Amino acid sequence: MRIVIVGCGRVGAGLAERLAREGNDVTVIDISSEAFARLEPDFPGRAIRADGTDEDVLRRVGTDGADMFFALTEGDNRNVLAAQLANERFGVQRVVAKVNDPVRAEAYTALGLATICRTRLLVDALGRYAGLEHDPGAEGVSAATGQHSHPADPRVVAGSATESR
Amino acid sequence: MYILVVGGGRVGYYLTKELLEAGHEVVILEKNDHRARQIADEVGSIVLNRDGCEGRHLAEAGANRASIVAAVTGDDEDNLVVCQMAKHHFDVPRTIARVNNPKNEPLFRHLGVDEIISPTRMALAAIEQDIPVHELLHLAQLKGGELELLEAQIGEDSPAVGRRPADINLPEGCSLFVLIRGTSVQPLRNETVFEAGDKVLAVSRAECEVALHRELIGDGEPVAAGGSAD
Repeated sequence: MRIVIVGCGRVGAGLAERLAREGNDVTVIDISSEAFARLEPDFPGRAIRADGTDEDVLRRVGTDGADMFFALTEGDNRNVLAAQLANERFGVQRVVAKVNDPVRAEAYTALGLATICRTRLLVDALGRYAGLEHDPGAEGVSAATGQHSHPADPRVVAGSATESR
Repeated sequence: MYILVVGGGRVGYYLTKELLEAGHEVVILEKNDHRARQIADEVGSIVLNRDGCEGRHLAEAGANRASIVAAVTGDDEDNLVVCQMAKHHFDVPRTIARVNNPKNEPLFRHLGVDEIISPTRMALAAIEQDIPVHELLHLAQLKGGELELLEAQIGEDSPAVGRRPADINLPEGCSLFVLIRGTSVQPLRNETVFEAGDKVLAVSRAECEVALHRELIGDGEPVAAGGSAD
């Protein structure tokens, strides 16, 4: 599989390593070349220093036709932009954005973006350790529940995410 | 009208001042506390020291009763998120985003941003106005950016000089329609013969611009006598 990963932090680098060692064609991009120090010296994929929220960059690294795309930078909004570029502009079907703000994560899940929310996963795991009930919404990647936004009828999705009104 | 401004940089600050002067009800969100205090000194208590990308802060600012949300921070991704949250989470009727990378414009429109303000594109347009020769001028975008309205200035060494419209080899997806010669404006006719100094208006898809440039402006090299550009 051809896989593009934006953000070579601990999560991005760890995932890139594992996927590349399984024989996938992996490209990991990060805005800082120091981030690539997290990769093993014999990392079998490609590491490219560039801005993963730039459409031209994503095209250059082969997002068009990629099987999977992960947006794993430190910034929720950068991840949301990169993921939507991959999905909407390049037609990548399997796209995941890391969104650590739970409210935003839920809003974007309802807007048609698969998200993973570190905050919610950690709160759930630690809460269970402390004897709390399992949060059924904290099961790794949250699949998109809504359709992707269509300007013609934004109200299609408007009712599905309401908790902060 | 209740207007929410997100981002208290220079654009957000002056926008807020102008809107207040025009009599609108405005709240501005600025996440940097130093900057928030600074603008609060000027415009008063309408400044919220909050990150407008977070749903609960937009709620606190009354996004659900805003007629307009204007996201004017310096970061495209933040402006996109503000507009999407406003549109889809709070049913704001009209969202405006400042966009620095012109390539983001089609995506933002597609994702529900109603109005795009692009300083880059504005500066580009102003610069292009000043180099009228040997270039295609981008006059306007049509159909949400799919099509461009362009002006071609026919120079001395344009391959179009001395030819009729039917002799210009253009792909489908672009069309010439108006000739400006001196002070006269005329539709292109079959018998029109292009002269140096003419201006021609065209509507073109982005991918046809290269062909348009080659046929009307030339590719910068001397035109081979009788040579076809193909």
